[in-house]
Amino acid sequence: MLKAVILIGGPQKGTRFRPLSLDIPKPLFPVAGLPLIQHHIEACILLENLKEILLIGFYADDQIKPFVNKMQRIYNISIKYLQEFTALGTAGGLFHFRDQIRCGNPDAFFVLNGDVCADFQLDSLYNFHKTNPKALVSVMYTEANKQQSLNFGCMVIDRKTNEVTHYVEKPSSYVSAFINCGVYVFSLDIFQTIGEVFATKQNDLSKPDCGNGNKEASHIQLEKEILARLAASKKFFGMHVNTWWSQLKTAGSAIYANRHYLELYKTKPRRTSNLNEKGDEVCCTLHPDVYIDPTAVIDQSAVIGPNVSIGPGVFIGAGVRIHESIILANAVIEDHSLVLHSIIGTNSRVGKWARVEGTPTDPDPNKPFAKMENLSLFNRNGRLNPSITILGCGVSVPSETILLNSIVLPNKDLTRSIKNEIIL
Amino acid sequence: MRALILVGGYGTRLRPLTLSRPKPLVEFANKPILMHQIEALVEAGVTEVILAVSYRAEQMEQELTVEATKLGIKIIFSHESEPLGTAGPLALAKKLLEDSDKPFFVLNSDIICDFPFKELAKFHEMKGREGTIVVTKVEEPSKYGVVVYDDNNYVESFVEKPQEFISNKINAGLYILNPAVLKRIELRPTSIEKEVFPGMAKDKQLCAFELEGFWMDVGQPKDFLTGMCLYLKYLRTKNPSILYKGPGVVGNVLVDPTSKIGKNCQIGPNVTIGPGVIIEDGVCVKRSTVLRDVKIKSNSWLESCIIGWRCSVGRWVRMEGITVLGEDVIVTDETYINGGQVLPHKNIVSSVPDPQIIM
Repeated sequence: MLKAVILIGGPQKGTRFRPLSLDIPKPLFPVAGLPLIQHHIEACILLENLKEILLIGFYADDQIKPFVNKMQRIYNISIKYLQEFTALGTAGGLFHFRDQIRCGNPDAFFVLNGDVCADFQLDSLYNFHKTNPKALVSVMYTEANKQQSLNFGCMVIDRKTNEVTHYVEKPSSYVSAFINCGVYVFSLDIFQTIGEVFATKQNDLSKPDCGNGNKEASHIQLEKEILARLAASKKFFGMHVNTWWSQLKTAGSAIYANRHYLELYKTKPRRTSNLNEKGDEVCCTLHPDVYIDPTAVIDQSAVIGPNVSIGPGVFIGAGVRIHESIILANAVIEDHSLVLHSIIGTNSRVGKWARVEGTPTDPDPNKPFAKMENLSLFNRNGRLNPSITILGCGVSVPSETILLNSIVLPNKDLTRSIKNEIIL
Repeated sequence: MRALILVGGYGTRLRPLTLSRPKPLVEFANKPILMHQIEALVEAGVTEVILAVSYRAEQMEQELTVEATKLGIKIIFSHESEPLGTAGPLALAKKLLEDSDKPFFVLNSDIICDFPFKELAKFHEMKGREGTIVVTKVEEPSKYGVVVYDDNNYVESFVEKPQEFISNKINAGLYILNPAVLKRIELRPTSIEKEVFPGMAKDKQLCAFELEGFWMDVGQPKDFLTGMCLYLKYLRTKNPSILYKGPGVVGNVLVDPTSKIGKNCQIGPNVTIGPGVIIEDGVCVKRSTVLRDVKIKSNSWLESCIIGWRCSVGRWVRMEGITVLGEDVIVTDETYINGGQVLPHKNIVSSVPDPQIIM
C-alpha cells in the first residue's frame, strides 16, 4: 500500500503569486481547468496501490476543506487536509504528522511539492525506488542551465549507481546542473532521520547559551536539513527525467504552466472534462490547446486559443479573441475584445473593443534546459518588468481601453487605459 | 474672376501621405483638399485658377485638368524654379494677374473653412482699398501671428506670437487683392505676411474681413483630423443629407456609397470612409479618415487615425494616437499601433506601443 503527501504551504507563502493568491490559496489556483494541486492528485490516483492522499499546510481549514470534499467525491479515495499549527518547514510537517502517514503501514509514501508542475511519473519513480532496497528517499531530478541552477536544489549524481553524492539547496556558486524536482518517494524509515535532526535541534535549543531561540526544533527544512545530510549516505537516489517540469512561483508562470498541462493531457487522459471541445457542441473557433469549462457561454464568432483555459460561468461575447490566457470563473469578456498573455480574475469584466495584453515571460526556448526566470516585479532601474497582465477578482475594464503589461489588484473599476502600471 | 492658390512644396508635414500623392490631392472628407477650394471659388464666379507650385507634379496636373473641364474653368500651373515663399508666386504670375484690373483671390492651399468668397469680394469692393485679408478668431493667439485692426477694419499691424494678449484674430490665409498690389512685390523668395502686408497696412490699404464659422489649417495629421471634425459638424448644419445614416453610425460620418460596412460595427463620431473601402463585421472607427480602397478586418478598433490608400488592417488591431498609415501598408492581425507614422508599402507585424516613425 502507498500514500502520497502534497505540501501546500500557507498564506504567508506564495506571495509572489499575488494578486492572484489574494482571492484564492495558490494551491487551488486553476491551471488548465484544474486547481494546481488537482494535477498532483490526478497523478497519484493513477497508482493502483495508492490508498490515501494527505495535504499538509498551514492554510485555515475552511479554505481547503471544500476542495478536499470535492476531490473525495470525484476520485473516491481517502483525502485529508492536515493543518499545521504554524509553518513547520517541508520536513517539519511530515514529522509532525508522522503517525498519520505511518498509519496502515504503507510500503512507502510520495511527497510532492504543491507548487511544482510536471508530468509526474510516480509509477516509474516508485519502481526506481524499489531497485535500491536501502534507499530512504528517491527524488526526481532534471537539468537546468548553469546560471539558473543556482535557484534550485542542486545535486551531484553518481551516474552509475544513481546515488546522490552531494546536495546543496540554492548554492551561491555553480555546483551541478541537476536540480531537485520536488517529487520524492520515501521509505518509512526516513522518520528516524528526521527524528534525529529533531532531537539534535531540541537538545541545542535547550542549552542556555543558545541565541537561536526563534527557530523551534519542530521547524525542519527537508532540503537543507535532511537531503543535504543524506547525500553520499547510499540511501539517497535520483531518477533523471527530461519531460516538462516547472515551478509555479510568480503569476507569470501560470500561463506557461497552463500551456504545458494542456499539452500533457492531450496524450494522458484525465478523469475530468476533456480538452479542445465543450461537451459535444462546437462552440466557436478553437485553436488547440484550449480548456473550456462546460458551464461557460461562448459566442460562436469568438476565436480562442492556443493555450487558453476558461473557467466555469464565464461569458464570452461576439468577435472576441483570446490566446495565451486564463479566464477565471464568472468573468465576462464583451464583444470584439482581445485578451492575450493575461489572466482575467474571477467576476471581472472586460468591456467591448478593449485590449488586455501582457508580455510573456516564458523560458527562452533557444537556451537548453531553460526554466522560468520568475523575475521580480521591478527591474534595477525601479521600472516595472514587462510581464503578463493580471486582473484580480472583480475588476472592470471599460470599453475601448487598452491594458498593457499591468497588474490590477482586486475589486477595482478602471476608468482609463493603463500601460506598465500596478493599480492598487 | 481669377484666383491664385499657393500650393508650394512637397507637403512634408503631411507625410507619409504626401509620399504617394501631392498634398492638394490628398482627400479631405472624400474630396481632394484643393477641390474644396476650387469648388468654392467657382461658386463665387471664379473662372480661372492659377496654381503656384514649386515642383512639377504630372499626376496633379493631369487629375486637375480633368476636374477643371468638368467645372468649366481654366487651371493654369505657375511653376516656380525655386520656392518663392508666399508672395513671390504672385510676382511670377504678374502677367496673368495684370490681365484685367479686377481684384483676384489668393489662398493658402491647406485651409479648410466655409469659404466666404462672395461676401469677401463684396466687402472688398465696399472698402475700396488695395487688399482685404480674412481673419479668424482662435482660442490661443500666442501660437500664431495676430492681426490688429481698428473699428473700421483697417489693419494697423501684425504681431508674431504675442506674449501678452493683443488680439485673438489671426490671418486665415485667404485674401482678395487688387492688381495694384503686384507693384509692391519683387520676383524673389518673399513672404506676403511679413514683407507685403505690413507696408499695405502702413498705407491704410489693407482691410480685415472677419470669418464666420470654422477654420483650420489641415497641413499636418493632427490638424487634418481636427479640421475633419469641424468640417463634418459644418456639414451637419449645411448639408445633412450627405451624412451617412446606416446602422451602427454615431454622430457625423461621411461614407462613400461604393464602400461596404459589415454588421455590428460602430462608425463614428467624426469618421470619413472613402470609396471602395471594405469594413468587416464588428469594427469600431472613431475620429478617423479612411482613404480609398482600404480594408479593415473584423473586430478592429481605430481612433484618431488616417489610413492611407489601399491599406489592409488585420483583425483585432488597435490603432490610436494620430496613427498615419501611408499607402498600401499591411497591419498584421492583433497588433497595436499608438501614434505610428508608417511609410508606404510597409508590413507591420509587431506592435508599436509608443509613437514612432516606421521607415
